[in-house]
Amino acid sequence: MSSTRDIDALIEMMAKLPGLGPRSARRAVLHLIRKRALLLTPLADLMQTVAVTARECRRCGNVGTADICDFCTSEKRATGEICVVEDVADLWAMERAGAFKGRYHVLGGTLSALDAVGPEDLRIPQLLDRVMDENVSEVILALNATVDGQTTAHYIADQLEGRVRLTSLAQGVPIGGELDYLDDGTISAALRARKDV
Amino acid sequence: MDWRDTGILLRTRKHGETSVILDVFTQGHGRHAGVLRGGTSRKIAPSLQPGAQLDLTWRARLEDHIGSYTVEPLRSRAAAALSGRLALAGLNTVTGLLAFCLPERQPHDALYLKTERLLDLLGQDEIWPLAYLRWELALLDDMGFGLDLSECAVTGVREGLVYVSPRTGRAVSREGAGEWADKLLPLPPCLRGEGEAEDAEVSRALGVTGYFLERHLAPELGDKPLPDARERFVTALNRRA
Repeated sequence: MSSTRDIDALIEMMAKLPGLGPRSARRAVLHLIRKRALLLTPLADLMQTVAVTARECRRCGNVGTADICDFCTSEKRATGEICVVEDVADLWAMERAGAFKGRYHVLGGTLSALDAVGPEDLRIPQLLDRVMDENVSEVILALNATVDGQTTAHYIADQLEGRVRLTSLAQGVPIGGELDYLDDGTISAALRARKDV
Repeated sequence: MDWRDTGILLRTRKHGETSVILDVFTQGHGRHAGVLRGGTSRKIAPSLQPGAQLDLTWRARLEDHIGSYTVEPLRSRAAAALSGRLALAGLNTVTGLLAFCLPERQPHDALYLKTERLLDLLGQDEIWPLAYLRWELALLDDMGFGLDLSECAVTGVREGLVYVSPRTGRAVSREGAGEWADKLLPLPPCLRGEGEAEDAEVSRALGVTGYFLERHLAPELGDKPLPDARERFVTALNRRA
């Protein structure tokens, strides 16, 4: 039996993580072993804890360690606005910006006829229930500016039409962006969404 | 094995962490899949939206391998598609139906050219529904289920055609229909390239072509349901009408 079997298995598992390949996984594992007390043991403990406690928020689909996440329980967040995002990573991006103070709803993907993803496969029915139950005044559709993202936005807009104010993120020139490097579609969208200075 | 061609992107699927599998409708090689390495990168991913016009080079060791693509985006249609509900639903319908109908690696040159022309009209909402109807007729024709609306299947007359036979797809006149009229499909004038082609009429015509897609073509393709996108497009059109 190989004396490095467990370490090889760990390297193999680490190599499955996004951004890591076999070579970088080997480097990371070696680093962890060298810093056993400082990194490996606390990391192993934390991973075990998270493996037990991590779950999706039953209300919004965010990832946390409680059945209802902090955003949904916080009274400060009860502004009557729900920001609909495609994925938890998008929710984190919105939070990094710190510009939105309401609550979120994570769909868990986008509609895709070609991949047979329908409304029931996403958290769209739950969103419709929340709009009815939570005294919501505005739903912000913060979905990606892709064909699938906007198809999903239109579908949700159809379902909620007349029940609540519906808005979506603007499309246009990014901060620090140079017109010369923008694609023609973005320039057209930016021009359509121009505003008074 | 290698070739170079232009094509319309139908869809992408993630393949591993950094690659995607492109499903493309090409002019000379029909619907053709291939791996694009680095396809999830920030540089190329935004260009890989359905409907994009691509310059493609495909390489594989053997012809029946999936092979790999190198691509250069020629034209994005995403901006036109994202400009409105009807355009977006239209683009989804076209790419969805092509992925639904077309067998892999069989050229459909005429249909390709019609598809390219149709997609170039995206965003021109006034004329797009009628252009789409003509395209759907061409699609049925290309798949072997074309409608023959030139003369009455019963009497042979070329005027006063008001019905379509749901079995044969041939036009029928009022006289020719007789007591069978209630079993026939309506024939809106726009299906024959006549009349004003208002939205409501185009929608009725899409009901006829939809019947043949669903009852004749789909059973031949394993009886899969038609893409939902088509229904959403018809709904968007009805809403405008």
